[in-house]
Amino acid sequence: MNLLLIGVLLAIIAIAYQIGLSKSRNLAGKGNNSAMLHSRPGYYGALVALWCAIPAFLILIVWNLVEPTILEQVVLSHVPADVAANLNAASTSVLVDRVQALASGFGVTDTPAAYELAAAEQLAKFETIGSYIKLAVVICAALIGLLWAKKRVSQQYRARNQVEKIINISLALCSGVAILTTVGIVMSMFGEAMRFFSFVSPMDFFFGTQWNPGFSTTGSADGEYGLLPLLWGTLLVSAIALLVAVPIGLMIAIYLAEYASPKFRSWAKPTIEVLAGIPTIVYGVFALMIIGPFLKSAGALLGIDINATSALTAGLVMGIMIIPFVSSLSDDIITQVPRALRDGSLGLGATKSETIRKVVMPAALPGIIGAFLLAASRAIGETMIVVLAAGNSPLLHANPLEAVATVTMTIVNQLTGDTDFASPQALVAFALGLTLFVITLCLNIVALYIVRKYREQYD
Amino acid sequence: MSTSNTTSMDQQPLDPRAAAELRAQRKQKIESSLAKRHRKESTFRMFGLASVLAGLFFVVLLFGSILAKGLPAFWQSSMAVPVYFDPSIINVGAQPKQQAGESPAQFNDRMIAWQTEMGMVDWDALIVNGIVAKDAALEAKRDDLGYMYTSSEAYRLRDMVLADPSLIGQTKEVKILADANVDVWLAGNIDRDLPAEQQQLSPEIRQLADDLKAQGIMENTFNTNIFVSPDSRSSPATSGLAGAFMGSLFMMLIVIFISIPIGVASAIYLEEFAPKNVITDIIEVNINNLAAVPSIVFGLLGAAIFIGWMHLPLSAPLVGGLVLSLMTLPTVIITTRASLKAVPPSIRQAALGLGASRLQTVFHHVLPLALPGILTGAIIGVAQALGETAPLLLIGMSAFVASVPASPFDQSTALPVQIFLWQGNELRNFFEGRTAAAIIVLLALMIGLNSLAIWLRKKFEVRW
Repeated sequence: MNLLLIGVLLAIIAIAYQIGLSKSRNLAGKGNNSAMLHSRPGYYGALVALWCAIPAFLILIVWNLVEPTILEQVVLSHVPADVAANLNAASTSVLVDRVQALASGFGVTDTPAAYELAAAEQLAKFETIGSYIKLAVVICAALIGLLWAKKRVSQQYRARNQVEKIINISLALCSGVAILTTVGIVMSMFGEAMRFFSFVSPMDFFFGTQWNPGFSTTGSADGEYGLLPLLWGTLLVSAIALLVAVPIGLMIAIYLAEYASPKFRSWAKPTIEVLAGIPTIVYGVFALMIIGPFLKSAGALLGIDINATSALTAGLVMGIMIIPFVSSLSDDIITQVPRALRDGSLGLGATKSETIRKVVMPAALPGIIGAFLLAASRAIGETMIVVLAAGNSPLLHANPLEAVATVTMTIVNQLTGDTDFASPQALVAFALGLTLFVITLCLNIVALYIVRKYREQYD
Repeated sequence: MSTSNTTSMDQQPLDPRAAAELRAQRKQKIESSLAKRHRKESTFRMFGLASVLAGLFFVVLLFGSILAKGLPAFWQSSMAVPVYFDPSIINVGAQPKQQAGESPAQFNDRMIAWQTEMGMVDWDALIVNGIVAKDAALEAKRDDLGYMYTSSEAYRLRDMVLADPSLIGQTKEVKILADANVDVWLAGNIDRDLPAEQQQLSPEIRQLADDLKAQGIMENTFNTNIFVSPDSRSSPATSGLAGAFMGSLFMMLIVIFISIPIGVASAIYLEEFAPKNVITDIIEVNINNLAAVPSIVFGLLGAAIFIGWMHLPLSAPLVGGLVLSLMTLPTVIITTRASLKAVPPSIRQAALGLGASRLQTVFHHVLPLALPGILTGAIIGVAQALGETAPLLLIGMSAFVASVPASPFDQSTALPVQIFLWQGNELRNFFEGRTAAAIIVLLALMIGLNSLAIWLRKKFEVRW
């Protein structure tokens, strides 16, 4: 029904465009002298089409949103009081489905109750009448819009300005979506986290050293929800990742920017950047299948007990993942250091490496710190690698060779599986998410500020 | 003047011999330190080269190990069996037709009853008969033969008959896929020297599998199931990526139809029309931050808003697509703005000077010139969304789904989530290869998309 209606509407809109077009052409007079018109004919067509489309589609959307509620009321109005008293949300939807099956003529397998049949008859009537009214109202709206806009088409009518205004407003609305997303993130996280804090006090959450949330099936908030072990695990894994990624990434950037021949650079740089495009799940599987067992056997060779899934495994692989991130950001920053600084240093007799270490690096330092912070925020927010390769042991310990638990991993664990969405065991994921969001947001703001300041310095 | 003064005041007048000695000392000092400095220089350089090589090594290691594990999984043991659709075994009435005066619900019931009856037919006997027909000596091992092939093959025969009832009474050669454990044993993915209690199969069955292989009945053939079948738990050997692929495809379509138009529109607004004020500054900072928000946060957003509040269906590509759209939006906006910025102002000035309105300037002149860059950014955004896993887990897409979704509202998984599910499967020896094979498929798709982006950029790139 809706599809048919939309098809009809699109046809009317196409006709509306043609009407606007031909009317404005007629106004232009003989020889299609469009200088007689304020706007080009296409704009008149577009304006008539828009006047036709916007009200009709708005009505259609509102109608479709309201209709199910009204139909449900129709069904419920036929339910006798004694049955209605025992209805909860689930049985109501079952009842509505049954009545709908009866109304559509598909029928139900058992014998329906009398009130169900009555409701179905009423519902079928309402549905048919409703769909005809909808068709009529929407098409009328489209036609009224069409006629009204057509009447306004004249030689002086500023159709282009009107059309451009509408386009401008819709462009601005689109850029509001990004804002809405942020608002949505903050509101949803904050709202659900507040619900969680109604079960568990924020003090216990932020400063607790025990993580043992129990199971939601018991229906109680029993259990300990201490954030610290998770935060510690996150920091441990991220620190290992940065220890791997920052030196290697920085040296790659230096070598490619200062030493490498253009030819070598032209293939080595994109090849290393391939690492940045690989999905994180692939890194996770890589850690689990290759790096973990390798580290375990290497440890056994050296007589050290290394867990196959440990902070080290996850950190190492995460480090490999963020190497290209560090290297391409640093590369941008190093190449931005002005040539004159290098030339001055080289002219005074410094070697190339001395120039890099004593002149280029200090000049690039703020930018590199920015890159470091962005890499850190990337490492903290990374999920799939730690889910697969960090083990899952929310204990406070400083041994990187053992399993740890991180914030992101715990969010996944708490929200997947059979959890009741309203239980503290599931809601804690939002409190964790809020923490994660705030941490990465702070890192990003500082980093972006530094990088921006740095760019201005040499622009 | 002053320099000569200071020198005469600072330095005692030296006799030429002492001065020469001093010069020689200084020269020696410089020379000895020079060697050290040059050594440092070359060490530094070596460190740089070593880092680059390490980076390249990681790329090779990653691809090499995934290919080594995954490529063999594209081939699987199977048997070409001449199946005789024996009418004495398949004795079920004709498919019911709706009778006059029967409600659709009652007809549905009768249909289900008939389908159940069809399911009760001993389809396995048909397969075993077929294998025995190839070598009569196997008659004695009928029971063990039942373990050779994967369980869903029986249902496949049923579906063949459902689709074409005229098959009954005919003989048709059917490719019967070996059981997952048999495949693991024949492919050598399990240590053949393990003691019997650690083996998945009994010694007789292992022997039979080896015999069939030696006879040439069991062959290693290219495995099309991985592309055309959905995931399966009861019959792991047939599990494939079709369901996950369709799920990903629906999500990518949603990303393309939501994220790209909105992203491009907001980039145009911010870059070309927005007045410079506090609000646009906020939007800008906000978009830059949104680009760096961890993807899992978008999953939480989806769980709270789309599922918790709007009650959209769980595990549906619709919700996944919406979440991924929001996630890729900042990427699309940022790349579009960059390519709009790269169009030189002279183009805009020329258009404005000839009397075009600002909107006409942008849509008729700037946008076509920026299009290659926008397309590249859009494709990279889609590729990024294709590989994303974490947010999908939070909106319930990690559920096991054994069918190919027909619409974005059906339950479904996605390619990266399927990788996640397979890596956790208990039948490790078999699914390790499957996981790596799925990764190869995913990476091939992503590399394809990225190459397309690079090709577009190279082909249409305009240098000013």
